[in-house]
Amino acid sequence: MARTGEAGKKGPKVRSDCWVGVELTGNDGLQIEMQSKVAGMFGPRIREQIAAGCAALGVANAKVEVIDRGALPFTLAARLECAVRRAGHEPAGEYLLPMSGHCNYHSAADRLRRSRLYLPGNEPKFYINAGLHEPDGLILDLEDSVSPAEKDAARCLVRNALRAVNFYGAERMVRINQGEQGLEDLDWIIPHNTHLVLIPKVEDPEQVLAVAGRITEIQKAHDLDRPVYLMPIIESALGAWKAFEIAASHPTVVSLAIGLEDYTADIGAQRTLEGTESFWARSQVLNGAKAARVQPIDTVFSDVTDMEGLRRSVLEAKSLGFAGKGCIHPRQIAVVHEAFAPEGAEIDRAKKIVLAFEKAEADGLGVVSLGSKMIDAPVVKRAQTTIQMALLVGKLPEAWRDEDSGEKPGARKNGKYVEK
Amino acid sequence: MTQQKLVQNAAGRMVPVEINGTEAIAYQGVGKYRPTGRKAAPPIRSCADYPEDGDKRVDSIRQALVNAGLRDGMTISTHHHLRNGDYVANAVFAAAAELGVRDLRWFPSASFPTHEPQIQHMENGVIHHIEGSMNGPLGDYCTRGKMRGMAVLRSHGGRYQAIQDGEVHVDIAVIAAPTADPFGNATGDRGPTACGLLGFALADSEYADHVIAVTDNLVPFPCIPWQIQGNNVDQVVVMDSIGDASQIVSGTTQITKSPDRLLIAELTARFCDEAGIVQDGFSFQAGAGGTALSFALFLRDMMRERNIKARFVRGGSTQYLVDMLEEGLTDYILDGQTFDLEGVRSMRENAGHRNTSPFTSYNWHGKGNFASMLDAVVLGATEVDVDFNANVVTHSDGRLLHGIGGWQNCLASKCTILPIPSFRDRIPVVVDEVTTLCGPGELIDVVITERGIAINPLRRDLLETLRGSSLPIRSIEEIKNEVEDICGGAADKPELGQKVVAAIKWVDGTVIDSVRQVGE
Repeated sequence: MARTGEAGKKGPKVRSDCWVGVELTGNDGLQIEMQSKVAGMFGPRIREQIAAGCAALGVANAKVEVIDRGALPFTLAARLECAVRRAGHEPAGEYLLPMSGHCNYHSAADRLRRSRLYLPGNEPKFYINAGLHEPDGLILDLEDSVSPAEKDAARCLVRNALRAVNFYGAERMVRINQGEQGLEDLDWIIPHNTHLVLIPKVEDPEQVLAVAGRITEIQKAHDLDRPVYLMPIIESALGAWKAFEIAASHPTVVSLAIGLEDYTADIGAQRTLEGTESFWARSQVLNGAKAARVQPIDTVFSDVTDMEGLRRSVLEAKSLGFAGKGCIHPRQIAVVHEAFAPEGAEIDRAKKIVLAFEKAEADGLGVVSLGSKMIDAPVVKRAQTTIQMALLVGKLPEAWRDEDSGEKPGARKNGKYVEK
Repeated sequence: MTQQKLVQNAAGRMVPVEINGTEAIAYQGVGKYRPTGRKAAPPIRSCADYPEDGDKRVDSIRQALVNAGLRDGMTISTHHHLRNGDYVANAVFAAAAELGVRDLRWFPSASFPTHEPQIQHMENGVIHHIEGSMNGPLGDYCTRGKMRGMAVLRSHGGRYQAIQDGEVHVDIAVIAAPTADPFGNATGDRGPTACGLLGFALADSEYADHVIAVTDNLVPFPCIPWQIQGNNVDQVVVMDSIGDASQIVSGTTQITKSPDRLLIAELTARFCDEAGIVQDGFSFQAGAGGTALSFALFLRDMMRERNIKARFVRGGSTQYLVDMLEEGLTDYILDGQTFDLEGVRSMRENAGHRNTSPFTSYNWHGKGNFASMLDAVVLGATEVDVDFNANVVTHSDGRLLHGIGGWQNCLASKCTILPIPSFRDRIPVVVDEVTTLCGPGELIDVVITERGIAINPLRRDLLETLRGSSLPIRSIEEIKNEVEDICGGAADKPELGQKVVAAIKWVDGTVIDSVRQVGE
């Protein structure tokens, strides 16, 4: 059995992270050696945290070395736990920092999912400010952005981030790994208020059911009752073929996404800007999602410097019927939201419908009508979404019902959805 | 070492009553201290003592220093327009060391890491102490209490004021000149080591007892334009090279790629818009930091979209300000220093690109200055506290990190904005109390962080204008509390020694704070 373990990063370029080396010893108690760029400000607290962490993990005799480059407490905790585990010590108990109050909000099945920002699972420096850029969803990624050797480190870090980092109202999403590894990932994240799980490379409804089943088990064990939503990602010809079955496989599936990098590789085509090679698959995913009454979500736009290209790509996705786009850089988020926002005539019509609905409600009428036409409930719902999206990007003033308010349209604001 | 006598100033900070043997006046509050008397003046000279053919050349810096009568205890000034590429200051003190003089006071407008050799000259007694901004190795040397005298940090305007008022008497000024003629007319806007502007050397050229221009690009009389007048210059020295061009100006200045800094820059531009600052004929100043540059770009887009034109912008000129000038988005660039090659080119070519100096822009003991006329200025800071006081010279661990530059002077603007991250790694920037006070909170109107915008409660007008805004406006305490929540509590205060190693001057020459020894 290994007696030493290490985790994290060191070196002059490392920021907001640390390296922890652990050597399990016989009976010398705990020895802590620390170098930190914030030693003068937080040195004693770092030592206290290491000691508390070792106690929680059941490590009584060890040499612990910390080289800190400004890691926040949740990162320090994750690196310590990972190093202890790598030293071959199965923790006596969990070392969890308290769940912050700002991590307790909830999501909803039908919330907006226009943008979702991918965050590499093992890079703590990207976590802390990600929510400030106001994406609809933030994905803590355990899959492709994490190398096989760091999967265990990313699990510790993602779990701790879910308990500590304020994501400012963004939907709290995690992309798990494929297969059995992905099911194990769920043990680490489900008890910590994960709103939505992205399942990669889905080709069969059974994969979704396996994830949903494991989630239910974990929820039972932890006495959790909030639903955890699922977003399967279609990344192959077979997955595209079965899009509808996958989308309709389980009631917690709320969105169906397409990932084109792997899809184009799977069909043996080059990915082009025009996207002719993936048009069928995108249409298939879109129609599969719509048929199953879930949100169709488009792939990521990977050129982070081409904002005009991104805008065109979102407009095209919107014209096809997609409800969301993936982002890999925070600056893409506002562009995505702007492009998904409704246009003038669309907003005007939605205003009329919503006002008619509100009037009918106030008058106690069961039927909504606009002019001589009856309005169906789904149409009202869509109009309400249009109004919400217009409000969020500042295309409508908050007081839009009052035509004479004279208020200017507001600027962009957070699309956070907090269930009461 | 004798016990230093300290007194509490109007900001509640303990400051020395005497600096290097001269009485010092404690800070009395913004706009409170009014000096009396007459300005200093250089000695009267006669043309009879200078060559009629105007050729003031001598063979070497060493010879020029001998001719200038260099002796123990003198004050020698140099300037930082060659930045980290400067060869001249090191050459001056190498020559002084060869001549065996001791106890000099070096009075640079700023020092850079390239000036590390001066540590050796302090160790062996050639230099007694430095009065000027220090960072890198020199800042460390000073903060560790190794310098014999006390450092004095002044703003660019404060340096001009100190020379003008006679608070600092410069015996010998050595001016690095990218282009000069034998008479001593000099300019920085051309030549192999072009840097743009020589404004930092203006006061020294006017008030020093003796002025030496050092160039590597001698042109026949007249050197046109002349930023430094040859009539103020005693001697001209030609060197092979006065600096490393690659370290003087950058080829291009870089906007930030950090999404968080871009967010701060965007919030700053939106704030200026909603505060009603961005109107036809307005003015602003933004430096060369990544966030400030990005702010200028967001502002530029806003101006283009609405067809708004500025009357003038002040820089730190960069290619971005030059683009705005050439596109007609501003009538003038009033340039305080030039940061990139495009700025240098524009200074040569554009009539609307005007040179300014610490005298025109920043001197507090004058008949007004440009800084107070600006509608908005964006500045950095290492720390800001809940009273909006800001620190720009020390790191949170107490070590000297930056000079003051024009920072203090710019606080006079109509709206002073600090766009800064609320913390860096685990180091809080928004704190309870700044480590070193450089700018009084009453002059700092807005702090813009990635976690929200704090408007100084003294600016009721701004709070009123921004009421109901969709911008994330919060109290500075709320931002501070959030930062502490993220970082795991307030940072411990650094352990500082008793010895004061540097005095921080306010723009009027009074002492606003002191820096204490760290370690040892």
